[in-house]
Amino acid sequence: MFEGIGILSLTIWVPIVAGIFVLATGGDRNADGQRAIALIGAALGFLVALPLWTGFDASSAAMQFQERAAWIPLFNIHYHLGVDGISMPFVLLNSFTTLLVVLAGWQVIQDKVGQYMAAFLIQSGLLNGVFASLDAVLFYVFFEAMLIPLYLIIGVWGGPNRVYAAIKFFLYTLLGSLLMLVALLYLFFESHGSFDILTWHRVPLALTAQILLFVAFFFAFAVKVPMWPVHTWLPDAHVEAPTGGSVVLAAITLKVGAYGFLRFVLPIVPDASRELAGLMIALSLVAVVYIGLVALVQSDMKKLIAYSSIAHMGFVTLGFFIFEPLGVEGGLIQMISHGFVSGALFLCIGVMYDRVHSRQIADYGGVVNTMPKFAAFFMLFAMANAGLPATSGFVGEFMVILGAVKVNFWYAAAAGLTLIFGAAYTLWMYKRVVFGPVANEKVAELEDLNSREFLVLGLLAVCVLAMGLYPMPVTEVMHASVNNLLDHVAHSKLP
Amino acid sequence: MPDLLPALPEIFVLTLACAVLLVEAYTKNGYWSYALTQLTLLGAAVLTVFTTSADTVYAFNGLFVDDLMGDVLKLMTYLAAIVSVVYSRTYLTDRGMFRGEYFALLLFAVLGMMVMISAAHFLSLYLGLELLSLSLYAMVALQRDSKVATEAAMKYFVLGALASGLLLYGMSLIYGLTGSLHLAEVAATVDFRNQTVLAFGLVFLLAGLGFKLGAAPFHMWVPDIYHGAPTAVTLFLGSVPKLAAFAFVMRLLVDGLHPAVGDWQQMLAVMAVVSLVVGNLAAIVQTNIKRMLAYSTIAHMGFLLLGVLSGSYAGYSAAMFYVVTYVLMSLGAFGMVVYLSRGGFEAERVDDFRGLNATHPWLAAVMAMMMLSMAGLPPFLGFYAKLTVLQALVGAGWLWLAVVAVLMSLIGAYYYLRVVKVMYFDAPHAEPLVPATAAGDVRALLSLNGAAVLLLGILPQPLITLCAYAIQASFR
Repeated sequence: MFEGIGILSLTIWVPIVAGIFVLATGGDRNADGQRAIALIGAALGFLVALPLWTGFDASSAAMQFQERAAWIPLFNIHYHLGVDGISMPFVLLNSFTTLLVVLAGWQVIQDKVGQYMAAFLIQSGLLNGVFASLDAVLFYVFFEAMLIPLYLIIGVWGGPNRVYAAIKFFLYTLLGSLLMLVALLYLFFESHGSFDILTWHRVPLALTAQILLFVAFFFAFAVKVPMWPVHTWLPDAHVEAPTGGSVVLAAITLKVGAYGFLRFVLPIVPDASRELAGLMIALSLVAVVYIGLVALVQSDMKKLIAYSSIAHMGFVTLGFFIFEPLGVEGGLIQMISHGFVSGALFLCIGVMYDRVHSRQIADYGGVVNTMPKFAAFFMLFAMANAGLPATSGFVGEFMVILGAVKVNFWYAAAAGLTLIFGAAYTLWMYKRVVFGPVANEKVAELEDLNSREFLVLGLLAVCVLAMGLYPMPVTEVMHASVNNLLDHVAHSKLP
Repeated sequence: MPDLLPALPEIFVLTLACAVLLVEAYTKNGYWSYALTQLTLLGAAVLTVFTTSADTVYAFNGLFVDDLMGDVLKLMTYLAAIVSVVYSRTYLTDRGMFRGEYFALLLFAVLGMMVMISAAHFLSLYLGLELLSLSLYAMVALQRDSKVATEAAMKYFVLGALASGLLLYGMSLIYGLTGSLHLAEVAATVDFRNQTVLAFGLVFLLAGLGFKLGAAPFHMWVPDIYHGAPTAVTLFLGSVPKLAAFAFVMRLLVDGLHPAVGDWQQMLAVMAVVSLVVGNLAAIVQTNIKRMLAYSTIAHMGFLLLGVLSGSYAGYSAAMFYVVTYVLMSLGAFGMVVYLSRGGFEAERVDDFRGLNATHPWLAAVMAMMMLSMAGLPPFLGFYAKLTVLQALVGAGWLWLAVVAVLMSLIGAYYYLRVVKVMYFDAPHAEPLVPATAAGDVRALLSLNGAAVLLLGILPQPLITLCAYAIQASFR
């Protein structure tokens, strides 16, 4: 390894440097070269992240691969990185997704190729930074900086209504994070001058302060998740974003919000979390049930998957706030699985959109006749989205429901509805798009997957099935960290 | 023989400003004045560096003070003035203003700022302020045949004179209360038994100060003057004097009236909140980028006041860091507007920046960095400026002010993002902007300006520490 540079630093800076390098190679004249450099950068970014998995000690709940250097000593701000079993899988997931996104945008993007690729690479590095930061200011810097590339991705390469969607996305998420900034500063003084997140886990706080902090954090993370009723930016952003943007948004950015609950809210304000758990569970169940119904009536495929994402993320927050190991682990598994499945579904929609230039369900029908290979992949991912056993989608939902039964039967019953709604909206969409007679000339002229698309979807299919059939390796990694986290939640921090 | 050494840079600038006037009379070529101006500013920087010490030295019977905060602010003033002169060269040439008068006035304005920064006495404070203001009035009116510029100058002069009057009245009340014009003596003898006079004096002082800073509700002149003045002059008057204005606030309120901190904190809190609200809300509806930046300046001054009003060393150094950051950003933003204006065409509508990314990606990137930094987004420098101010506020227990400030920054983000949107999301005009071609040095400096905002954002430690150290050394 390079002397003095840790693995986590590499996962952050390799993609960013690659992105800057792509930008430096100039305009669209060098588009092919830029694509190649971007691919190499993304592949390198994934390779440097792999040792995180192989070198991880699953028996320990401590932060691993730690790096610590003074950054702004005057305010006791450090460049402090480290991962535990909760954050490590997301660094890998993110690096993996970046690779897919670069491949997925290979041909589709013909305009400002370099900027497109660079935006995704830089975004990837920043997201790794979010998951790896153990200093609150460092976290905040990555947390907000990642809005900028995504704003540009939606706004430059998005659909017709992209400007509205981009600005709405940006301001909505910024509102949340700004309130969190005040909360972070408050904690700095409460902890006698420290921005260290792990130190904050041990700072005693009065209940009123905890509740106010909870509210501030709630705004930051609930908007990102997104939880009902602050979810309205997501359908807009998804519909207008280019395929790659939707994939990153669904697969990674939403996870940042849920991750924030685990890293900040539960351990820092445990009493407020317990106090307000009922509210959080109610909001989660509303997302699961109501948003599931909303998804049912969508006529735009991307919007449908966007709403389904909200419903699935409702599951995640439900799992977190029942304070059961099964629930939290199930939520985490669901997050990873949703990263694969929703990413794959957006890629599938992208495959069709590239050919027909429509996302309306009504414009399709009988796709299986012209694109059999594609239909098979789409089937797998649709089933995974509906939570079919043996796919990754099932594992997380099942664990959360099991956890919920322990706490309250009715939570589990309401959450179980998602299995019905999920199957209903996903499979109904699938039926209308893929089966039946060939609907129109455009569908008749469709060509099946090319090898690049096959590779991307194939990789994701392997992940979905592997996690569905044998989730042990992933849950094992999380086990110690999740127990440690719940231990924090169980202990009151009231002074 | 009084010790003149602390005032050496001032004497140097004064001498050479007179020389620039003479050079103009003998050569009709603006380049001589231009070169001499740059040399003057560089020379002053060298002299300031050599006369710097961590100790505070008084001169001229206590009229003049040379401390570390003053030295740092002066160095930033020279730097900002040099940069603004480089940025405005082609603009001035195109409009026939590239002449000695402009540079002589600019040097006198810089001299005024230096005196303000080093003032230890109501009289020298006022003297510096008037020298600065009068030079600026003339600079705004320099484009004689322009109706808007003349109107702006007139407005600036009338309102500026009114503000000076208020300030003088406030000073005289404080003098009546304490019997002294020396700031240090005022601080020592300020009398709380006569609360009415003190409050009256403070109100007038702060009203005058609000005018000069451009803080609401005394901000009416800002948008009109920024809009009406030739863009090169806006570049100068919108950035450099803010450093002196900060020093002005510090000298008056911290050096002179620190015992009355409880009184002026309340007043500053009102001014800061009103500035943040008015500045950010009014900027949203602007279509002219100069006016938009003018309103954004008002909001930034609100943030600056938030730092000062927290009343701690942390707050003062946060405010100083904020003002230095603000000057860097506004130089870049106005510099870009100047750079993209060419003969007879002012790139001053937001709409003029349409599709800049398609035609000039690097320029668009620099402008975008300035806008995002002004919006206070990491990893740009502007974020740390806001962070330090908010930290000082929360530390001093002004939690509600911190919440108001971040909510207003959210509104601010909207109009900065609109500029980014126009540059990146919209298609370019049929006739895209063409920056002046023969200005490689300007382009390089703009790039450097952009790089500074990004790199100092990634590694903000040196600048933050410098400001904190300067404040500690000067107000121990």
